[in-house]
Amino acid sequence: MSFSDHFPILVVLIPLLVAPLASLFTKGRTAWALALAATWSSFLVSCFLLKDVLANGTVRYYLGGWEPPWGIEYRVDVLGGFVLLIVTAIAALVLTFGRRSIKSEIPERRKSIFYAAFLLCFTGLAGMTITGDAFNVFVFLEISSLSSYALISMGRDRRALNAAFQYLIMGSIGATFILIGIGFLYMMTGTLNMDDLAERLPAVSDTNTIRAGFAFLTVGFGLKLALFPLHLWLPNAYAYAPSAVSAFLAATATKVAIYSLLRFLLGIFGAGFALGAMPLDMILIALGLAAILSASLVAVFQKNVKRMLAYSSVAQIGYIALGIGLASQIGLSAAVLHLFNHAMMKGALFMALGAIAFRIGSSRIEDFAGLGKRMPFTMAAIAIAGLSLIGIPGTAGFVSKWFLVLGTLEQGLWPLAALILFGSFLALIYVGRILESAYFGTPKEGVEVREAPIEMLIPIWILVIANIYFGLHTDFSYGLAERAVMDLLPTAQTTVEVAQ
Amino acid sequence: MYNYWLAVFLMMAGFYVVIAQGNLVKKIIGLGMFQTSVFILYISMGKVEGGSAPIVTEGVEAYSNPVPHVLMLTAIVVGVATTAVGLSLVVRINEAYGSVEEDDIQELDNELDTIQESGL
Repeated sequence: MSFSDHFPILVVLIPLLVAPLASLFTKGRTAWALALAATWSSFLVSCFLLKDVLANGTVRYYLGGWEPPWGIEYRVDVLGGFVLLIVTAIAALVLTFGRRSIKSEIPERRKSIFYAAFLLCFTGLAGMTITGDAFNVFVFLEISSLSSYALISMGRDRRALNAAFQYLIMGSIGATFILIGIGFLYMMTGTLNMDDLAERLPAVSDTNTIRAGFAFLTVGFGLKLALFPLHLWLPNAYAYAPSAVSAFLAATATKVAIYSLLRFLLGIFGAGFALGAMPLDMILIALGLAAILSASLVAVFQKNVKRMLAYSSVAQIGYIALGIGLASQIGLSAAVLHLFNHAMMKGALFMALGAIAFRIGSSRIEDFAGLGKRMPFTMAAIAIAGLSLIGIPGTAGFVSKWFLVLGTLEQGLWPLAALILFGSFLALIYVGRILESAYFGTPKEGVEVREAPIEMLIPIWILVIANIYFGLHTDFSYGLAERAVMDLLPTAQTTVEVAQ
Repeated sequence: MYNYWLAVFLMMAGFYVVIAQGNLVKKIIGLGMFQTSVFILYISMGKVEGGSAPIVTEGVEAYSNPVPHVLMLTAIVVGVATTAVGLSLVVRINEAYGSVEEDDIQELDNELDTIQESGL
């Protein structure tokens, strides 16, 4: 075996080993340098992996040389490689951005622990993406969740503690539901390997045990991905977490949960069962719409910009759920594409908010007054990422919404298309409120505010430029999303017909 | 079969405690019960009727399935970690608010909000 054959395990192993190492250093700066090196090398490895997958098809790795179904298998296909690239890229960018932001928000003695928890959270998310074993998903899910509770609780405001506790309760219930679901599947099939499960399930899928397992898994992942109405933990957790943590979690944690849900729904149960025999397609469309409308509406009235964007995240997850619920090639591709685009825009927005919090120490909308002149580059980043969030042509957000609308029209569901556009209109209002305050508000007298430091601006602008680039060149992102969906729906035509 | 009923009972009891209790420590206890019930569920499904413990012995034909037991070892570790993180959060909440009752914490947060509103 050559070195590159071990790439799948390296993505997970590097941060996992560096995490305890980072916690040993008392100096926050050393821990930061280690964490930075670990995330960037994971990112590089995942680039190679994706390239390999695109050239040679699915990459399989047997842990310890034990072949499945006895051993644990790591499996990277197009969708997995794509999500892994998002997770590793965001982690690397957020850490590059985060040194001074974290320094100003976390006390010195907790900093190395903070970086260790960050790396563990990253390990968990990368592991969930890459594993091909159902029980392994649960283990990695808990690794990422437990460390994210700790990360959120390190926010400056004491409300962060309560937010972390609420998330812990909801998250643990969700994870336990997932565990029960996996148990039911194991009970009927006697295997935990995902491919093996997919092979053996159709024979027993017409039993109540499998239906119950399906329900437990869906609700469990619904809690983790903050599907309306299971999203109640999310706004507070994102609003009170340290800025860098909000940026990282908003851009990756819910995305990985959506990815895992897709894995289980389409990869294991199959579209015919999950979105056809079970009424989940209708449920996802209904909940997605409810999320888009209610969360966008609530976002309009928020006074704290971080909280506003957190509600906007719930709405964006609604778009993704809607795309999955459409159960068509184009709807699913739009969902996967929106997953990618949303990670880019929310990553940029939350990092920019972090830069503003670093300079003015607040994320309340009144305090943004006059920032358009005082922090021009940061505010321009918010403006462009905000336009992408609304879905203005020329930005990435437009592309995914365009395909989503196409997907609804393809099935003649034009009221849905109208409601999607109405959701964009609501996004226009809340993004407009931020921009209005920043560009037309009168700044407070006697407060000197400088532009954010360059090391913060660069990662933000990388994501902003990516937003524009992928808004103009859709070949890479939409092409990948389409291929990923083709992989998940091997008999795309037939299953989709059953699903409708 | 009765162990499945036991698992369901424990699960619902734990779930009820998590929802109904306002005391954060009691919530963690409920969460612990909820997670423990899953261990019983898994261990019950590993039992093969008439099977002996999964250790190779002469004269034994049927063995129980050891895989669920191993899975539960992992889940127990996860459960302990969750409880530890949860309780340490409760300690921090108690330091910050001086209470572990959900209603009190809510009230203190609301007061803070009104102070911030009037201050501006």
